[in-house]
Amino acid sequence: MSRAHLSDRIAKYLLVACAVAVGLVIAAILLFVGKEGLLTFEGVNPFQFFFSSDWNPPKNQFGALPFFVGSVAATGMALLIGAPLGLAGAIFMAKVSPGWMRSILRQASNLFVGIPSVVYGYIGMTTIVPWVRDHIGGQGYGVLVAGLILSIMVLPTIIGVAEDALREVPVTLEEGSLGLGATRWQTIWNVLMPAARPRILAGIILAFARAFGETTAVQMVIGNSPRLVGSLTSGTASLTSQIIMEMGQTPPGSTWNRALFMMAFGLLVNSLLMIMLVRWVSNRGVAK
Amino acid sequence: MSRARLMDRVATMVLWLAGLVIITLLAAFLIRILGPGLPVLSWKFLTTKPYSVTAGGGIGPELFNTFYITGLSLLFSLPIGIGAGVYMAEYAKPGRATNLIRLSVEALASVPSIVLGLFGMILFVNALGWSFSILGGALTLALLNLPVLVRNTEEAMRAVPGTYREGSLALGATRWQTVSKAVFPTALPSVLTGVTLVAGRAIGETAILIYTAGVTVSRRFPDFRPFSAGETLATRIWYVKSEALVPDADAIAAGTGALLLILVLIFNLGLTLPIYWYQRRRMGK
Repeated sequence: MSRAHLSDRIAKYLLVACAVAVGLVIAAILLFVGKEGLLTFEGVNPFQFFFSSDWNPPKNQFGALPFFVGSVAATGMALLIGAPLGLAGAIFMAKVSPGWMRSILRQASNLFVGIPSVVYGYIGMTTIVPWVRDHIGGQGYGVLVAGLILSIMVLPTIIGVAEDALREVPVTLEEGSLGLGATRWQTIWNVLMPAARPRILAGIILAFARAFGETTAVQMVIGNSPRLVGSLTSGTASLTSQIIMEMGQTPPGSTWNRALFMMAFGLLVNSLLMIMLVRWVSNRGVAK
Repeated sequence: MSRARLMDRVATMVLWLAGLVIITLLAAFLIRILGPGLPVLSWKFLTTKPYSVTAGGGIGPELFNTFYITGLSLLFSLPIGIGAGVYMAEYAKPGRATNLIRLSVEALASVPSIVLGLFGMILFVNALGWSFSILGGALTLALLNLPVLVRNTEEAMRAVPGTYREGSLALGATRWQTVSKAVFPTALPSVLTGVTLVAGRAIGETAILIYTAGVTVSRRFPDFRPFSAGETLATRIWYVKSEALVPDADAIAAGTGALLLILVLIFNLGLTLPIYWYQRRRMGK
């Protein structure tokens, strides 16, 4: 075999090895985190873990319900604000904006991605929390500010996906609608949006997944008290914030430590479900 | 004016408003980050060691660790990530195995960084007994980079026209020669754009590093030993704002936040220009 053919063969095997290695990483993560997490149920009954809101590790109470609720509430709040704003921004960029404004917005979107999550958390903590405390009431820390911060963090995801989706709608559809005398807005709302819906939905699910797993920014503004969401402006905790707060104080192998791993496993399972959902939604193709 | 016309007018105004709100939000963020932060940045702040209970400490070791850990993580993830991306674009045949790998890449991309951090902690801190280390942090951070690199490289390779491959193969080149000498160099600018994206994310990452690289720094500075603890700029902000006892926590966080933002900007710009030049030179030939 010539040298060229030998290196051809070797290169192929090396590349296969790379691909397999990447595949193995996720398997290893599922295995390690899952095993550590599921061991929780040696010490706690699953019913208590998922449905009790009493989290008091020194007293052996491991009800993780407040953290699941906290995560869902903060993420829901984020989408409630972020999805309409991001979508409007995407429609604006794809169909309304003049070129110069579009490039400013694209740069803005990139910059939002570039700001580290800890900086978002810091701004939330030093600017938005005091403002909420003074003008809306409560402690300031809580789901409201966490949702506000997250809504800005998910903007680039929603804008990016939705703008691409709107741009890729066949131009004939748009021209047909305009040719029939529809206004630009009628065309956007009745023709472009329905055609782009599956991909826009996929983008919103991705944004949900990202916000659900966000850690530092949420932990810095949510208040970190392990109790059920009372009001939007009183302290609570999310899965991620609770893990980051308590992981350092727990000895490996203790029920407390494992309960935190179980929460991480919950995050992991959630993100895998979201990936499946995204696949399912985008495989349904373009709506008629 | 008809109702449809009026609706159109109103909608256009609302959409413009949304665009302006987004830009205003960004401007407000930049002002809030750079305003209080820039005055803190002095040569002394950037080069001296942090204090743990008194005011006036710097962030020298953190700045060093940020580059060190990001660099190491790229060192580990670039060959594997780009290799896997090239495989997916050029070699993989459609089928169950390929689909499984693609699904794993998507799944890995969606794993929250805190979960990656805990995985790294089990593996490097507990199982291998490295304690909090720069190496453990960098290896875990590499897992964050991998899926982005794979996907980006694959897309970049796929965007190269098929005629490049056909021309090369027809001249008698092997597949590897074709991939490495004709396709990859053409895809390189896009591949590198992906690398800047990954590096920018790695520079600002916290959740992965808190329980793998730790929130302390070595007494030596600079300390290249891969097994010493390595707090970075981003984890420093988190630590001073949530646990540390230093009285000037606000100033440290503001200064470090501004520095991080500037670093990310420089990184994006610093790699965009060379990529642009490379592209022009190749086109010119």
